[in-house]
Amino acid sequence: MTARLALLAAAVLVGAAACGGPDGADQPVRSGAPAGDAAPTGTLTIFAAASLSDVFARLGAELEEQNPELDVRFNFAGSSALAAQLEQGAPTDVFASADEDQMTRVVDAGLAPEAELFASNRLVLAFPPDDPAGIDRSDSAGIPSLADLLDRDVTLAVCAPEVPCGAAAAEVLDRTGLSDVPDTYEDDVRAVLTKVQLGEVDAGLVYRTDVSSAGDAVGARAFREAEAARNRYPVAVLDDAPNPDAARAFVDLLLSDEGRQVLTEAGFFEP
Amino acid sequence: MSRSREGAGIPPPLLVPAALGVAFLVLPLVGLLVRTPWSSLGRQLTAPGVGEALRLSIVSASLATLLSLLLGVPLAWVLARSRIRGRSVLRALVTVPLVLPPVVGGVALFLVLGRQGIVGSWLDEAFGVTIPFTTTAVVLAETFVAMPFLVVSVEGALRAADARFEDVAATLGADRWTTFRRVTLPLVAPGVAAGAVLCWARALGEFGATITFAGNFPGTTQTMPLAVYLALQRDPEAAIVLSLVLLAVSLATLLLLRDRWLGRAQG
Amino acid sequence: MTLDARVVVQRGSLSLDVELAVQDGEVLAVLGPNGAGKSTLLRVLAGLLPPDGGRVSVDDAVWDDVPVRTHLPAHRRSVGVVFQDALLFPHLTVAENVAFGLRTRGVRTAERRAAAGEWLTRVGLDGLGDRRPGHLSGGQAQRAALARALVGEPALLLLDEPLSALDARTRLVVRAEVRRHLAAFAGSTVLVTHDPVDAMALADRVVVVEEGRVVQAGTPEEVNRRPRTDYVARLAGLSLLPGTGEGRAVRLDAGGVVAVAEETSGPVFAAVRPESVALYLARPEGSPRNVWPVRLVGATPHGATVRCELAGEVPLVADVTAGAFAELGLVPGAEVWATVKAAEVAVYQR
Repeated sequence: MTARLALLAAAVLVGAAACGGPDGADQPVRSGAPAGDAAPTGTLTIFAAASLSDVFARLGAELEEQNPELDVRFNFAGSSALAAQLEQGAPTDVFASADEDQMTRVVDAGLAPEAELFASNRLVLAFPPDDPAGIDRSDSAGIPSLADLLDRDVTLAVCAPEVPCGAAAAEVLDRTGLSDVPDTYEDDVRAVLTKVQLGEVDAGLVYRTDVSSAGDAVGARAFREAEAARNRYPVAVLDDAPNPDAARAFVDLLLSDEGRQVLTEAGFFEP
Repeated sequence: MSRSREGAGIPPPLLVPAALGVAFLVLPLVGLLVRTPWSSLGRQLTAPGVGEALRLSIVSASLATLLSLLLGVPLAWVLARSRIRGRSVLRALVTVPLVLPPVVGGVALFLVLGRQGIVGSWLDEAFGVTIPFTTTAVVLAETFVAMPFLVVSVEGALRAADARFEDVAATLGADRWTTFRRVTLPLVAPGVAAGAVLCWARALGEFGATITFAGNFPGTTQTMPLAVYLALQRDPEAAIVLSLVLLAVSLATLLLLRDRWLGRAQG
Repeated sequence: MTLDARVVVQRGSLSLDVELAVQDGEVLAVLGPNGAGKSTLLRVLAGLLPPDGGRVSVDDAVWDDVPVRTHLPAHRRSVGVVFQDALLFPHLTVAENVAFGLRTRGVRTAERRAAAGEWLTRVGLDGLGDRRPGHLSGGQAQRAALARALVGEPALLLLDEPLSALDARTRLVVRAEVRRHLAAFAGSTVLVTHDPVDAMALADRVVVVEEGRVVQAGTPEEVNRRPRTDYVARLAGLSLLPGTGEGRAVRLDAGGVVAVAEETSGPVFAAVRPESVALYLARPEGSPRNVWPVRLVGATPHGATVRCELAGEVPLVADVTAGAFAELGLVPGAEVWATVKAAEVAVYQR
């Protein structure tokens, strides 16, 4: 109980920090950033899917270390919420989405050129450490189907269909005929994870990377249908980026071997 | 510059900020109206789920108000009239939900009434009752957030009411309970009504504690604010329509109730 | 029905210790300045405030007995209280207000209605029973409050400044009515007031309370004629001069000598009525033995006369006609001579 509470407090704190917001846009971009090889300076504002928090924070710190004159700021939230903010004109350099639909929405709105895919993620079935529904004990050879892991009467949390992880969840539930099992449609994947950590639900469909970041607080099982419903993560430099050089530098770092390695360590797959 | 005009006028140092204040509060509503997709309004309104979410919102806000009245009015009386120790600490405690982020309130409710919570685990074992992800959870989350509005409002009314009427009742043979029912409560009725309306309005708009503690399931726990928030992620037009419905319902209710008490106060 | 009470209350700067006894059908006025503890006394008698010491009993029933920790709460006492502002419940009709005490005692609706109607008729509010208190005049409200207090036939009736919120004309009318109802009331009545006229007009006996203590008790007539404190003397309109009797003279404690008509000795009060004081611009020759130079410090119109406050070796109050006042050219600060005939000075033991 206390351990869960502590975890939760940490999650709330991280969330609060992540909500710090893109107020860097208010600050004047420092001059002396001519085109070419010169090191990027000023403020770089990145809108990224919540599931990218840990990875992007690491890469951002890395970029700041390489460019002491650069200040990287993040706005982590659900991809749909971010896309909506961009449509309303939030001044931003880079947008990284958890699915292609949200990126398409931004591209179609004429805010960014073609995007580049840099990672993918798969859903897993997460469960609390005491595993009240016996998900970990249901055994089957190889990778099981979701239908083998999930009884119809378990309490299940998934993301709402409006957000990327929910779109993926809807697809796998549909494939396995379990569409009527969820008890709640959460507004983002962290909310699903929180409810699993608290033990308020027997299981939740979350990204594999979320389970990695939660450590021992939750258990998880992979399942077959996840492969077909995987999310691909696109990234784009926005047309109206206030700091395009820095934006390009970040995207380059993300697509480099180093970036790939950080992504893999965090549980992401190749696009 | 006639004298009467000067007397009735508003001093500029008050007028300008007041006008800005009105603009600040009203312009966003105008924005909603301007951006409303009137042509597709009918289709949006009859979309499945809208009526359901609206019905759930009204029912749960009303139940939360009822629960707040049952618990909050006696609580306000204790805060305003009793001489128990630590009353000021108690008052601070019960008004905490006013400043607590509702999401944190939702988490706190989990820790008490959740399946693993202090009370919730006992309910589960003893009666097989689990609260989260049910309409009950919606009502409880809304009550948690909205009841302090009622308590504060009723306590203020009790403090403003002339306690000598209670003395009169006592000298006429009324014990404290009878005095409360026959004298105190009728005297503060307008304050109770105002508090109940405030409480209802707050409950109707409740989002954070509800989505945290009760989750989001159409027909069971998806109230209008949750529907608005999720619609905003995919279809901003739908979100505007839903907001408009919520706005219309709450305005209509507030105006209706207001007229009724004004009518009674004058009659 | 007899009230016997000794009430002790210590509360902040107030130290109240008062003994009262009120017989059947008797009206006792508790007269005193603001802050004397009158209202506290009344709250204790009503049961709204537990006393810190003493005992309150009505006939054989003990309502308060501090040494044995007896305290009967207000709602279990047979009392009726009329407060200064009437305090009719605004959410009830006048008839419902009057019937309130019967309702709390479980009297049936029909009976309640009949009793309330009868009392409304008795206090002259016939036909106003369906009104809200807000639609009554001040006098009507106070009458309804009296009916409400009396409807339960209490053993003890408490009146807290019942007339002071009324305007002068209404007060006159309501005072006469209250007097009539008090005469018909069988129980004991305690009237708390700072208005000597109320006390004189309504009470059989008066106790004067100053700073939490009884300073004088007696019939209204006695108290009025022979005040024992400045407060009472001022209320009665007298100049009270404490001193020591020396034959046909009183040597005043504050200095000066007053000639009197009878032999006295020891500590005495000499009291002078304002109408006994005559004022002259020049020192008068002839008979009066009491002649003092004084200075006018204040003047207030008082009916057809002007009440003049005079400072000097012997402080006095004088009533002069408006005409004389103008003729003498009196203005504040004016130096005049005051005379009083020895026969018009009342002398009594301290």
